[in-house]
Amino acid sequence: MAIAIAVIALVALNAYVLLAGADFGGGVWDLFATGPRRADQRALIAEAIGPIWEANHVWLILVVVLLFTCFPPAFSGLAIALHIPLTLMLIGIVLRGSAFAFRSYGSSDDAPQRRWGRVFSIASLLTPLLLGVCIGAIASGRIGTMLDHVARGAPGESFASLYLLPWLSPFTIAVGALALALFAFLAGTYLTVEATDDVLREDFRRRALFAAIAVFVTASLALLLARSRAPRVSAGLIASAWALPLHVLTAVAAIGAILALWFRRWHVARIAAAAQVSLILWGWAAAQAPYLVPPSLTVENAAAPRRTQLIFLVALALGALVLFPSMTYLFRLFKTARVHETVPTGRNDSV
Amino acid sequence: MGDLLAARSQMAVSLGFHILFAVVGIAMPVLMVIAETRWHRTGDAMYLELAKRWAKGTAILFAVGAVSGTVLSFELGLLWPSFMRFAGAIIGMPFSLEGFAFFAEAIFLGVYLYGWERISPRAHIAAGTVVAVSGAASALFVVIANAWMNTPAGFRLQSGLPVDVDPIAAMLTPAAFPEVLHMLLAAYAATGFAVAGIHAMMLLRDRRNAFHRRALAVALIVGVPAAIVQPFSGDISARYVARWQPPKLAAMEGQFRTEAGAPLRIGGIPDVQAERTRWALEIPGGLSLLAFHDAHAVVHGLDAVPRRDWPPVPVVHVAFQVMVALGTYLALLGLWIVVEAWRRRDLAANRWLMRAVALASPMGFLCIEAGWTVTEVGRQPWIIFGVMRTSDAVTPMPGLIVPFLVISALYCFLGVVVVWLLYDLVMRSPITRESDGAAAAPAAA
Repeated sequence: MAIAIAVIALVALNAYVLLAGADFGGGVWDLFATGPRRADQRALIAEAIGPIWEANHVWLILVVVLLFTCFPPAFSGLAIALHIPLTLMLIGIVLRGSAFAFRSYGSSDDAPQRRWGRVFSIASLLTPLLLGVCIGAIASGRIGTMLDHVARGAPGESFASLYLLPWLSPFTIAVGALALALFAFLAGTYLTVEATDDVLREDFRRRALFAAIAVFVTASLALLLARSRAPRVSAGLIASAWALPLHVLTAVAAIGAILALWFRRWHVARIAAAAQVSLILWGWAAAQAPYLVPPSLTVENAAAPRRTQLIFLVALALGALVLFPSMTYLFRLFKTARVHETVPTGRNDSV
Repeated sequence: MGDLLAARSQMAVSLGFHILFAVVGIAMPVLMVIAETRWHRTGDAMYLELAKRWAKGTAILFAVGAVSGTVLSFELGLLWPSFMRFAGAIIGMPFSLEGFAFFAEAIFLGVYLYGWERISPRAHIAAGTVVAVSGAASALFVVIANAWMNTPAGFRLQSGLPVDVDPIAAMLTPAAFPEVLHMLLAAYAATGFAVAGIHAMMLLRDRRNAFHRRALAVALIVGVPAAIVQPFSGDISARYVARWQPPKLAAMEGQFRTEAGAPLRIGGIPDVQAERTRWALEIPGGLSLLAFHDAHAVVHGLDAVPRRDWPPVPVVHVAFQVMVALGTYLALLGLWIVVEAWRRRDLAANRWLMRAVALASPMGFLCIEAGWTVTEVGRQPWIIFGVMRTSDAVTPMPGLIVPFLVISALYCFLGVVVVWLLYDLVMRSPITRESDGAAAAPAAA
């Protein structure tokens, strides 16, 4: 049962990455909006994420709640070891969300619009970086080691060796950069679908292709560094029985996404990009299984009592009954309406 | 500043900041839905304008509430990892349910804010209603989790660890009902009067402004009933505290000695060294009467528990006095408004009433801050009452003053920006005038 819940947690994290990740990626493209169509690019991004970013953000809450309800020692341990990067990530989350709302609903004057746009986009860049750093730190296994030290009273350990170095290394930064590249790639690809005209679509096609290169570079770097910095995950990714099929699938998705972008098959590109990002996430999880926080906390030994797990699953099922229809409604309303924009019956004109 | 105090201060700042936005997220959708419904009923476009403007303000406040709530869900672990390790499996359930309520809130707020021209009017009002209901549900679940910290239930202690964990029993903890009721009423009263107060201020300048008159009426419909009922809910809460958390009640009342026929103290400053409360107006037997509905009942004083289990008495006592004083003001003001509306008087023309309402604008929120101070500080030195001390729950990381200062600075900055944006929004309100004859008195609440 604990494994089922861990899989659900990963599904929720996957949803967060595919949905909220793209919202952060949108912020990145807001920061790098250039050329004569700068304002149009920003308007498209704002319109794309406006109605949905808050709902997308809740996936993160779900992951956190799931973790502390069903795997309390893992949540507690991560919160101790990753105090600093998580706090920085939270500041990013707060500034990104607030600045976006201030820009959308505050004064429409030029100066405040620019100011909040800048805060929004810089926070959108830093938050994924820090999220990636945290995931890299977990994968490296150094968090778990650090927690064992703290549990033994950490004799002779300095502040930096306990609270900084376990999460701050070339490997974790490479994973952070990979997360950023992936989110920017997702956003660029999604925006080619959502763009209202072909010129804008071409802008985001170029950006998505550029991000695809960044994904390739950062992923290679992270894999390379993983051999020494995250040996367990690295070994899993190389030696497991599922490793080869996984890599083949990921490569197919990655190449598929690039080819689809190249040949302007926007919807295919969106699906392939989402598949590629998901496969990378599941690859990490599979390589790290059965550990939640290697090398000591596993899915089984960190699990809450069975009764809690059972009731949680029931609550989750009931929640899903409410969630999925609502989510579908939201996305149908704001993500498909554009296609029917020219059809008069597609909109309600009574307001 | 020590690490424990820094962690407690950061939690206090984070909660104190978030609660303001959370409360608005609970009550504002009700105001918006009422305004929008009135627009459909009357065809008066001013109500539509009102709903749209309130929606703008709510969008800003909701966003800040959502992200500051996220900060809290992480801070539970960042600051209190041992608490979460102990309690996660027991009280994770209300947090999980809150997660789904929050999902519904965020999804349908998106539909509401961006869907004015995409969905039918009926669907739009339905979306607003879902936001209002799920906002209340979110509050319900989060406050249940807090109630559990006051009256822990649903587990058995075995050598310091929880066994026989029963998440359902944990949710049905005795404190849950009084706390949830008190919080929900507070949210509607505080938001209703805050909004009414802003529009009352504008009406003091421009009595016939049609926009502000309608806004005032809708805000009072929500705020007045809640403010009038709140003292009764307060009575339920006080009796529950007397029964389940006697040291907290003793601190609230500055009651150092256990005695029969304890007096009710109004005001006063507790002197912890001398173990007495000075300069209070004492009503003989009043506390016994209120706490147990019996003027001769025995009230446990702070002397009933060892001194190391005392909460910080002066803070709790003063915060409680502030909450009661401000709450009483709102309830009496509510009664005054009911009387005026009953006699079909034009509320906006009564300058003294408008001044009193304008003055009430910040009071509900101050009340809520004071009330949470009573609940949270009054629970000290326990993070789980009688089970785990706050000092045993704090994270081992040293230097906690740094995140405390960083988070405080961030929230100060955001607070200033939000106030400035809302001021800007109010100042750009429509200035349509209304003739005296058409002035609509708000319906009696």
